[in-house]
Amino acid sequence: MVKVKRKPLEEIAESVKGYTKILNVGCGGCVSVCLAGGQREVKTTNAELTLLFEEKGINSRVDGYTVERQCNAACLEELDDLVVRYDCLLSMACGAGVQMLAERYPSKPVFPAQNTVAIGVDREIGVYEEKCRACGRCVLAYTGGIWIPCAWNDIYIRLKQQNRLDDIKKIHLAMEWQNSTPRTIVQPQYEHLYAKEEK
Amino acid sequence: MKAGSHLEKILRAGHFAFTGEIGPPRGTNVEDVRKKARFLKGNVDMANITDNQTAVVRMSSWATSLIVMQEGVEPNYQMVCRDRNRLAMQADILGAYALGIRNILALSGDHQQFGDHPFAKGVYDIDSIQLVNMIKTMRDEGKFQSGGDISGPPKMFIGAAANPFADPLEWRVHRLAKKIEAGADFIQTQCIFNMARFREWIKQADDMGLTEKVYILAGITPMKSIGMARYMQKKVPGMDVPEEIIKRLKGVDKKQVADEGIKIACEQIQELKETKGVAGVHLMAIEWEHKVPEIAERAGMLPRPVVEDDEPSAQDDKKE
Ligand code: SF4
Ligand code: SF4
Repeated sequence: MVKVKRKPLEEIAESVKGYTKILNVGCGGCVSVCLAGGQREVKTTNAELTLLFEEKGINSRVDGYTVERQCNAACLEELDDLVVRYDCLLSMACGAGVQMLAERYPSKPVFPAQNTVAIGVDREIGVYEEKCRACGRCVLAYTGGIWIPCAWNDIYIRLKQQNRLDDIKKIHLAMEWQNSTPRTIVQPQYEHLYAKEEK
Repeated sequence: MKAGSHLEKILRAGHFAFTGEIGPPRGTNVEDVRKKARFLKGNVDMANITDNQTAVVRMSSWATSLIVMQEGVEPNYQMVCRDRNRLAMQADILGAYALGIRNILALSGDHQQFGDHPFAKGVYDIDSIQLVNMIKTMRDEGKFQSGGDISGPPKMFIGAAANPFADPLEWRVHRLAKKIEAGADFIQTQCIFNMARFREWIKQADDMGLTEKVYILAGITPMKSIGMARYMQKKVPGMDVPEEIIKRLKGVDKKQVADEGIKIACEQIQELKETKGVAGVHLMAIEWEHKVPEIAERAGMLPRPVVEDDEPSAQDDKKE
């Protein structure tokens, strides 16, 4: 899943300073799994922010609300009536969630509370490791399921064990990077619904 | 002839090549480059011009190559995959060729995280094998990587690097085979200190018929001090410095250490000259360019052979 790390409190405070009523929106998806942006983390972040505001004599209030997933418009519906009561939104979701909020509430300033880091795996509780950069042309088929070009030693050992060394003896053509423009994914079984009308 | 560079002529004529290296300055000090080039002139067949070596910013490789050419030394233009994408690479290759550069060495490049701008974006659009292949396609088919036609293809003599010492050892020679298949005309190896391991690698390459297909130049670096030897042993990845080397350096008087380092290098060069499959030596005297004339002399590499500027002959069928 998507792995994120919360921005330093000072940075968050700096971005929302000047707004009196702040709504911090959590996400029950990936960021909740990696223990950074779910209901619980919204609560602690708000407590820390409130304390900081008090210390600095800033007259702002921050409330929290966590949706099931921030990257789906249907999940945001329940926020519509709430959002109007606030001056700005803080998002505890990944970058996709932040953008979804900003798109749905174009008149409200939306600020990210996270640094979105990677697509990764869970190692220990609270420990995550990057595994994919969403290049859009997965090469794992011939690297024995190991990513990162410099891991050749590991790749070699695994392929040798699987008797598949021929996979890396071949020359592979230059990558066709798919991740340099924003992509939209339509699954094949739904393509017919969105087929462009021919003129 | 594929490119007609001086290096290519030397190798095709069957001479044992002797090449050097120049690191561009951390600024615009042209005189510094010229001085280094003068030490190499007539003592080596060509000189590698490094490209932001160790991921530290320096004067660009192509510009330094041109200055070196003005001093009468043929450059080997190094290009790393770390700093440019395929558009910039191809543009630079065209420009370098247009200005008279005829040798190029395709490298991955040390990771930016170890250099002076650790937060720079590493490009790695294509890897070093794909770079070799791209230059070959530009030269032999007159096509860009995209397939588009080049008017006036760049005729480069294409080099690639090989490290006989990195793990997994048994994979090294296959990686060499891949670089040859991709289009490398010559190979320059990582600095060799472990001669036993190198002998094994070159024998494997020879047994696979690879030394017939490519010219292999063995990399030699003279040790300047015990500290340098230790540093290379412990800190430089992919480097194999056996304890015997350090023992030998420690065994001589303090004032004699650098001389002992040169002595070791010369002995290595002598042996490599007799080793089947080795077509030459690439001397990397890092910030020690002024010692190159002495090393060349002591290693018996002088005078450098003169090759005629003649047209391609029957010789050329070999290794085409
Ligand atoms: S908004 Fe981001 S963190 Fe939340 S579920 Fe969607 S992808 Fe995961
Ligand atoms: S090859 Fe591409 S898609 Fe596959 S794991 Fe790596 S970045 Fe992700």
